[in-house]
Amino acid sequence: MAMFIRVDIDEALQAETALHKRLVEVCPVDIFAVDGARLVTVEKNLDECTLCDLCIDASGDKVKVVKLYE
Amino acid sequence: MRLYEFEAKQVIAKFGVPLPKRTMARTAEEAEAAATSIGGSVVLKSQVLSGGRMKAGGVLFAETPAEAKAAATTILALTINGLEPTGVLVEERRKVVQEYYAAVTWDGRAKSPLIIFSDMGGIDIEEVAEQHPEHLSRTHFSNLRPFSDYIAKVAVSSVGVTGNELGALTRIVSALARAFLQYDMTLAEINPIARLEDGTIIALDSHMDMEEEARGSQRALLTELAISDDETRQARPPTPFEIAGGQVDASDPRGVAGRVVEFDGNLGLIIGAGGGSLTLFDAVRAAGGRAANYCEIGGNPSVGKAAALTKLVLSKPGVEKIAVMMSVVSNTRADMMARGVVLGCIEAGKDPAETIAIFRVPGSWEEEAVKILQKYHVEYVDRTVSLFEAARRAVAKLGGS
Amino acid sequence: MSILVDENTTFIIQGITGREAVTMTRELLDYGSKVIGGVTPGRKGRDVHGVPVEDTVRAFTARERVDGAVVVVPPAFATDAIFEAIEAGIKLIVVVTERIPRRQVAQVVEYAKQEGVRIIGPNCLGVISPGRARMGGVGGALESTNRAFKPGSIGVMSRSGGMTVEISNALSVAGLGISTAVSIGGDAIIGSSYAELMPLFEADPQTKGIAIYSEPGGRMEAELADYMTAVNSRLPVVAFMAGRFMDEMPGMRFGHAGTIVEGRADTTAEKIARMNAAGISVADRIEDMPVILAERIAKGS
Repeated sequence: MAMFIRVDIDEALQAETALHKRLVEVCPVDIFAVDGARLVTVEKNLDECTLCDLCIDASGDKVKVVKLYE
Repeated sequence: MRLYEFEAKQVIAKFGVPLPKRTMARTAEEAEAAATSIGGSVVLKSQVLSGGRMKAGGVLFAETPAEAKAAATTILALTINGLEPTGVLVEERRKVVQEYYAAVTWDGRAKSPLIIFSDMGGIDIEEVAEQHPEHLSRTHFSNLRPFSDYIAKVAVSSVGVTGNELGALTRIVSALARAFLQYDMTLAEINPIARLEDGTIIALDSHMDMEEEARGSQRALLTELAISDDETRQARPPTPFEIAGGQVDASDPRGVAGRVVEFDGNLGLIIGAGGGSLTLFDAVRAAGGRAANYCEIGGNPSVGKAAALTKLVLSKPGVEKIAVMMSVVSNTRADMMARGVVLGCIEAGKDPAETIAIFRVPGSWEEEAVKILQKYHVEYVDRTVSLFEAARRAVAKLGGS
Repeated sequence: MSILVDENTTFIIQGITGREAVTMTRELLDYGSKVIGGVTPGRKGRDVHGVPVEDTVRAFTARERVDGAVVVVPPAFATDAIFEAIEAGIKLIVVVTERIPRRQVAQVVEYAKQEGVRIIGPNCLGVISPGRARMGGVGGALESTNRAFKPGSIGVMSRSGGMTVEISNALSVAGLGISTAVSIGGDAIIGSSYAELMPLFEADPQTKGIAIYSEPGGRMEAELADYMTAVNSRLPVVAFMAGRFMDEMPGMRFGHAGTIVEGRADTTAEKIARMNAAGISVADRIEDMPVILAERIAKGS
C-alpha cells in the first residue's frame, strides 16, 4: 500500500484496451502496466506520482488520482 | 581525482617523458626484489595521496636490497596526514645537477589552460613566484587550436633556458601539456624535472589530478591504471556511510540525493541544494549544533531516493533527529521531498513528528508539501524563516535531549 | 531597465523535449518570456506547450530574430549545441547543463569570446528580470517566482542557482527588490564572472546595489575585488560567503565543481579579507544583506 497516492481505474476503462497502452506511455513515473488484458497500477511507483494529470486527461476522467494525505 | 605518483608517471611515460628506472612494490619483499633488479643506490617513495612526503619521512634512500627492504617496511607502516600508503615506488637514484618545475593547469580567471615553468624546481613553487618571479613563466594557450610545441618552447625559454636544454625541456613540457589535455586533467605537474651529470633530463616526481566529471569519458585510462569506480581519491578515504550514500545516489538517475560526508554529531542533515548546503552547514555550526553529516539534494530527486537517503542518515549511530532544509527551490519539488522524508522515517520505524526537527523547503509545490506535513504533524516553516533561523530552531530542539 | 534580458528578448530552448525542459518551457511562457522555438534533433514539426520544435537552430535564425538560446541538453551533447547556436549568430546563450568537462567549457567560452557572444553558465539556473522576462528555470513555478523576485533596485549574481533565489527572496521580502538576478554557474570555468557582469549593472540606472553569493574555490572574488579597486564603482556590493567550515577541510570537494580548497587563496577567510579590502561588505547571514545594502545605498557609498 502506497502512503501518499492511490490511483483508481474505472472498471469501464478495462474494456477500452486501446487506451491501456496510451496510459502506460503517458505516465512519467510508470504507474500503469498491462497485465494480460487488464490495466493495473504498479504499487512501488504510486508514491512517485507527480500529480501531472496526464493520465486523467488521456483516459477521459476514467482514472482517479487520490491524495491519501488530504 | 588525484593520481598516485606511480600512476602519474605511467601517464607521462605514454607521452615519451624520460623517467628513472622504477618498480612499484606493495610489500617489503617486492621492494627488496625491485632494488635487486634495478641495482645500485635506490630511492623508496611512499605512494600516498598527500603532499609533504619527504618531511613526513615517506621518502628514504637505500644502498643495498636489504636496506631497501627495511626502508620499505618503515614506509609501508607510515601514515601521512591520516592516509595510508598504497605501496612504495622503488627507483634508481640519480645524481642531479639542476632542477626545473613544470605544471599545466586551468586558469579559471583567464578561462584557458596555463603552463607554469621554472628553472628553480624542487622547492615550493608559490615561494618561487613570490621571491624570484623572474625564474617563473606563465604561458596561457588556446584551447581551440591543436596544441603546438612552440607553446612549450616559449614557456621554457621565458626563464632564460637555451641551448640543448631548451629542446629537451620543450619535449617534456609539451608532452605534459598533451597528457593534460588528452586525459582531462585539472593539474599535471612534474616537480622536479632533473638535469643529470651526463646532461640527460628526466622527470623525477609527478602529480596529477583528473577532473571528477571526466571519469566516465576517461574509462579507458582508468582501466589501464586499474582504478576502480569506488575509489573516490578524496583527501581521506570514504567511510562505509559515505559509500552507502553514493549507492543511494546511483540507485536512481532522477536528481541528486546521497552525496554525503560523515561527521560525528547528533543532528542528521537532509539539506540542499549546492550553495544551500554550504550555507546550512555553516548555519548549524553557528547555532552550536553538531551535524552528523553533510549532504546535497538537488535536481528534483525521486521520492524513493529522498526516502533512502533519510533512512541512511537515520541509521547512523548517534543521530537523534534530522533537519530537512533547502534554499528556495526552483526545480526540486517540495512535496516530493516531504513524501520522501516522511516515508524514510516510517520505513526506519520512527515517528516523523518526533524525528524531523524542522522542514524548511519553500518553493515549487509547497502547498502540497504543507498538507503532507500537517497530516504527519511535522513542524514546517516557510520562506519567511531564514536558513539561519531554521537551522537555529532545529539545533534548539536537540538542546534538551 | 535591466541587464541581459527584457520583455522583447526572443529566445529558443535547445533540448526542449527533455523532462525538465518541458516544465521549464511552461514556466517561461507563464512568466511572459518570448520563447519562440525549441530544438531537438529528429523532433521537427512537434510542439511543446505550443512552442514549435525544429531539428536545427538555423531553422529559426533563418526566418526570424533570435536573441538568445537556453541550453538544456545532456552534458555529452552540450558543447555541440552551444557551437551550433554561436554559428547561427545567437549572441546570448544560457547554459543550464551541468557536468560538462572543463576542457569543453573552455573551448566554447574561448570561441564565444572570439565571436562576441555572451555565455551565462554552465551549471546555472539562468537570468531573470522581475516583471519583464526570464531565461532559464530560475524561480521555478510562477507563483513561487513572483514571491521571490519583486521588481526593484538590486542586481544579484550567484555561483549557486538555489542561492540566487534565496538571496533574491530575502531582498524582495525586505522591500528592496531585484533589477536583474543572474545565476552565473558553479563550475570552475564559466562564461561570465561577477567582474565581467559588473559593467552591465553599472550602466543600468535601475540598479542601485549588488548582492553576490560566494563560496570557497577559484579566483572570481579576487577578480571582482580587483575590478572594484580599479573602477570607481557607484554600486555598493554586499557578499554572502558560504562554506566557511571548508577552510578546515582542504582537499575535500563540497558542492559545485568549482568549490574546493586547494590553496590559501581558495579559503573563505582569504576571500573575505580580499573583498573587505576592496570595499565589498561581507554579510554573516543572508538576512543581513538587505540591511547592509539599504544602509550603504542611503549613505551613497
